[in-house]
Amino acid sequence: MSALFSIYKREFTSYFVTPVAYVFIVIFLFMTGIFTFYLGAFYQTNQADLQPFFKFHPWLYLFLIPAISMRLWSDERKSGSIELLMTLPVTITDAVVGKYLAAWSFTAVALALTFPMWITVNYLGDPDNTVILASYVGSLIMAGGFLAIGSCISAFTKSQVIAFVISVVISFMFILSGFPMVLDLFQSWAPQALVDAIASFSFLTHFTSITKGVIDIRDIVYFAALISFWLYVNVVVIETKKAS
Amino acid sequence: MTEAIKVESLRKSFGPIHAVQGISFDVAQGEVLGFLGPNGAGKSTTMKMITGFLEPTSGTVKVNGHDVLENPLAVKRAIGYLPEGAPAYGEMTVRSFLNFIADIRQLSGKTRSERIDEVVETINISNVFDQSIETLSKGYKRRVGLAQAILHNPDILILDEPTDGLDPNQKHEVRNLIQEMAKNKAIVISTHILEEVDAVCSRAIIIASGNLLFDGTPKELIEKSDIGNIDHAFRLITTCETEDTEIA
Repeated sequence: MSALFSIYKREFTSYFVTPVAYVFIVIFLFMTGIFTFYLGAFYQTNQADLQPFFKFHPWLYLFLIPAISMRLWSDERKSGSIELLMTLPVTITDAVVGKYLAAWSFTAVALALTFPMWITVNYLGDPDNTVILASYVGSLIMAGGFLAIGSCISAFTKSQVIAFVISVVISFMFILSGFPMVLDLFQSWAPQALVDAIASFSFLTHFTSITKGVIDIRDIVYFAALISFWLYVNVVVIETKKAS
Repeated sequence: MTEAIKVESLRKSFGPIHAVQGISFDVAQGEVLGFLGPNGAGKSTTMKMITGFLEPTSGTVKVNGHDVLENPLAVKRAIGYLPEGAPAYGEMTVRSFLNFIADIRQLSGKTRSERIDEVVETINISNVFDQSIETLSKGYKRRVGLAQAILHNPDILILDEPTDGLDPNQKHEVRNLIQEMAKNKAIVISTHILEEVDAVCSRAIIIASGNLLFDGTPKELIEKSDIGNIDHAFRLITTCETEDTEIA
């Protein structure tokens, strides 16, 4: 068994031996329900689609994903188990990617458990299921983006609270940069190219385009580049700070 | 024959603090090397550099002929390491923890289950096998750490205070275990208990403020003291060094 997979397996099962997994999943499902039916006005829109459901995912992830990622490395450094892990025959990349993929798989489980939403909308009407599938894929990829940021930030500190707060702030900036309020601020004076560049950094811009049912290669490349970047920094941070 | 561990003018600085200041020694197969020194002397730092957790500021470490910087994975495969305080994943049971170590150490099939059974037997942890590690007492935690270190039957064992927190009976068991394993391994242990050195080590090294002050057999160490007491010899060697640095 490869080192990466061993780490993945250990991390993934560790979510389910503590209450963390169950608390997270229950809160996640509860919140998606509230957002969809109350804020998203799922019934009132009278449309057979899951737009009201997916629309709030960036905002949910903003707080919930850092709650998962904050412990990834902070805890390892605080408890000293990082010394054990880093003196086993594994590379830092194995450890970073293994842990990251485990956290991502865990969010995939939470996301998959929202399937009653999909059943409901199919029961009530005749939605375009390819759009829904694309949106699910998009949501999962976006969660991966948030997780990569959070994993990297947690490598900087032994404190989970600090890791959480900083991750939320950075994730918030990545959401915000596509928001009309922010873009309007630049629109009046900055060249269009700059406005586009800022908008193109936003999770929102890319996620919204995926939820329309089109998985554009550019959106995939964006998230892949973003995830690779943060994980690369994560590896570098562990390499330089593991013992401090 | 290559030495199991070869350390040459090893240095480590943390900013202005020079934790280890150019120490050299080697350990051969069949030797049990006792690492002695006051707190903060650089014992753990040296062990962390041998096991590849810390990068030396300068100097080299070779384990079974592999340089720790050039081929860290080969070094890590050859070594079983018990870090200071025996860190582990608290939420895991002893069973799942040892299985995880077996996965990482690439033990499979029959050897794997045999090794796990054997280690659980020798270290005497079968009664807590399905308990989560965070609920264990200090002594059991230490033993789980020890089990983890010897699981893949490594050629080289580095044990940072293996008997710390154990009761006298457990200490005795661990010492016996170390002696049994000593025949075909190179073992480095750090300790504050000087009788331990006399009991299990074939050689002792004393480090204080990052310098190597003594390298010889426990018997030679005792002879340093005119009253034939190992504690006295230790005090003699380590405290005169402190005075020297103060003058310098």
